[in-house]
Amino acid sequence: MRFIFKTRYDQDIRIAKHGGYLFWYGALMLVLLAAPWVFPEYWLAQVTFVLIYGIVGLGLMLLSGFTGQFSLGHAAFLGVGAYTQAALTGMGVPFPLALVAAAAVSAFVGVIVGLPALRLKGIYLGIATLAFGFIVEEVFARWESVTGGNAGKHVKAPDLFGWKLDTGESFYYLCLVLAVLATLAILNLLRSPTGRAFVAIRDSEISAQSMGIHLARFKTLSFAISAALAGVGGALYAHKLMFISPDQFGVLQSIDLILMIVIGGLGSVHGAFLGAIFLITMPQVIALAKDYLPEAIGMAPGLQGLVYGVVLIAFVLFEPLGLYGRWLKFRTWFQIFPFYRRGMFKRQKSFQKSERLK
Amino acid sequence: MQLLQIIISGIAQGCIYGLIALGFVLIYKATETVNFAQGELMMLGAFCGLGLMTMLGFPFWLAVLAAIAAMAVFGIALERVVVRPILGQPAFSVVMLTIGIGYVARGLITMIPTIGTETHTLPVPYKDQAWKLGALVLNVEQLVVIAATAVLSALLYLMFRYSKLGIAMQAASQNQLAAYYMGIPVKRLNGLVWGLAAAVAAIAGLLLAPITFVHANMGFIGLKAFPAAVVGGFGSLPGAIVGGLVIGLVESLSGFYLPEGFKDIAAYVVVLVMLVVRPNGLFGEKLRKKV
Repeated sequence: MRFIFKTRYDQDIRIAKHGGYLFWYGALMLVLLAAPWVFPEYWLAQVTFVLIYGIVGLGLMLLSGFTGQFSLGHAAFLGVGAYTQAALTGMGVPFPLALVAAAAVSAFVGVIVGLPALRLKGIYLGIATLAFGFIVEEVFARWESVTGGNAGKHVKAPDLFGWKLDTGESFYYLCLVLAVLATLAILNLLRSPTGRAFVAIRDSEISAQSMGIHLARFKTLSFAISAALAGVGGALYAHKLMFISPDQFGVLQSIDLILMIVIGGLGSVHGAFLGAIFLITMPQVIALAKDYLPEAIGMAPGLQGLVYGVVLIAFVLFEPLGLYGRWLKFRTWFQIFPFYRRGMFKRQKSFQKSERLK
Repeated sequence: MQLLQIIISGIAQGCIYGLIALGFVLIYKATETVNFAQGELMMLGAFCGLGLMTMLGFPFWLAVLAAIAAMAVFGIALERVVVRPILGQPAFSVVMLTIGIGYVARGLITMIPTIGTETHTLPVPYKDQAWKLGALVLNVEQLVVIAATAVLSALLYLMFRYSKLGIAMQAASQNQLAAYYMGIPVKRLNGLVWGLAAAVAAIAGLLLAPITFVHANMGFIGLKAFPAAVVGGFGSLPGAIVGGLVIGLVESLSGFYLPEGFKDIAAYVVVLVMLVVRPNGLFGEKLRKKV
C-alpha cells in the first residue's frame, strides 16, 4: 500500500509521481542503453522498429487519443516524412537538417489537412483523412522525379556530423535518443495548458469552446504536432529500411497505426509504445505458432489477418482501455491490496447518445 | 457514342457504390455507428452465392435468394453477438470493431484451401452478352446492375414509407429514447437493420461478381463507397444512391478524359471538395449538438 497525499497542484502534474517511477523507468533506460550487448542483431532491429513506431504512435495518440480527432490516413504523413528525408539526404543535405525538414514538411501538410478538418466531426473527419491518405499515396506513385514512383527509392545511411550511422547499434541509439526526447516532449505538453486544452476538446468541444479554447487553433496545432512526429518516424523508417515505395504508406499501414494505439490503450502515453511492441511482435508470434498448429491452419495465407482481427475485436469488447488498461488493473490490484474489486474501471453503460438532435 | 458507353458503365459502377453506401447509411441512421466491414459483407455474399452455385449446384435464382437470406441472417447474428455489447460506447470503438470484423472475414475466406486465394467467375446466365442498339453496344451485366438497383431502391422506399417495420425503423433512427417510450423494440430493430444492410451488401456483391471477379480482397471497394455515402450526406438513403452515381460517373469520365492515375483518386478528390463546400453532403441533415 502506498499513499500519496497531494497538497499542491505541482504535485498533481509531476511526471514522476513518487520514487518508484524514477527507479523503474531508470531501470528500463539502463536495459535499453545496454540493449546492443544484450540482444542479438535481429532482435535489436526489432527494438529499433518498436522505437520508430512508438514515435509515430505518440503523434497519433496525441491526435486521436488526447484530442479526439480520427485520422484514417496517418500513413500519408509517415510517407511525407520518409520521402522528404530520402530526397534531401539524396541531395547531400546533412542528416539533422533533413530530419528537421522532414518534420516541418509533414507538419505543414498536417496543417493543410487540419484546416478543412476544423468543420468536420467524427466519421466525416475519418473519411476526409482517408481520402487524403489515398490521394497522397497516388501522388507518391506518380511523382516519379522525386519519389521514384512504384519502383521505389533507395535511402542512404544517415550521416551525423561526419559519423556514419550505418551499423545497427549506432542507428538504434539514434532512434532511442529521439524516442526519449519525443516521449518527454509529449509528457510535458500534456501537463501544460495546451495539453489540457487538447483533452478538453476531446471530452466536449462545446464545453471547451465555452471555457475560451480556440477550437480551430488547437485542432490545427494537434494535427501539426502529430504530423511532425509521424514525419520524424517516417524519416527514421526510411533510413532503417533503406528502401521505400508508395505501397508502404497505404491505407493498410494507416489502419495498422490506428490498431496500434487502440490496442496499446487510447489516451495514454504508455499505450503508444505498448501498441508498437504488440504490432512488431505479433507477426513473430504468429510465425512461431505456425509450427505447432495443424498444417492446414498454420500454412494458410490469411492467418495473420484473422489473428489481428480477432485480437482487435477482443480488445474492443473486453478491454476498451487496451494493454495499458490491463496493466493499470494489475498495478492497482497490488497497490491497494486487498481492496481491489472487479469493475473498478468499468465504464458506465448508457443508451446511445445521439448527436443528431432535431 | 463512346461517351454514352462511358456514362452507362459509370452509372453501373456507381450503382454498386450506391448499394454499398446504402448499407453504411442504413446502419448509420439506425445505430449512429459506421460499419467499416460493409465491403467485406459484400465479399462474403458473393462467395456465398458462388459456393451455392458451383459446389451445391443450385440454380441461379435460388442461389441468389439463398445467398441474400443467408447474409441477412449473418448480419442479424453479427449485430447480436459482436456489436450489441458495446452499445453506448464511443463511435470510435465501433469503427475499430468493424475494421476487426473485416480483417476476420478476409482472413477466414483466404484460409479456405484452394478457394480463398484465387479469383473466380460467377456463372450467371447473362454472362458476356451484349445488346446492340445501332452503334451502341450495351453490356447486359451493367444493365442488370442498373435495373436491380432501381428495383431495390423502389422496394426500400416502399418499405420505409408504408410498412410498419420501416416506419418504426425511421422512428428509432430519429430518436432512440422516444422510440423506446413508444414501445418500439429498438434493439431488435437494430438487429434487423444490420440484417437488411448485410442483405443489400450481398445483392451488391452478386451484381458486381459478373463484372469483376470474386476474390477475397473485393471488399476493398467499400473504401470507394465511403465517398459515395458522404457526397449524398451520411444520413440519407436516396443520397447514398445519388452519391454512388456521382462517384461512379466522375470516376469513369475522369478515366476517359484525364491522364492516367486520376481514375483511382477521383472519388476521393470529389469527397474532399464536397466536405469543404458542404460538410453535410447533398441531402445531409443539419446537425445541432447539445452538451
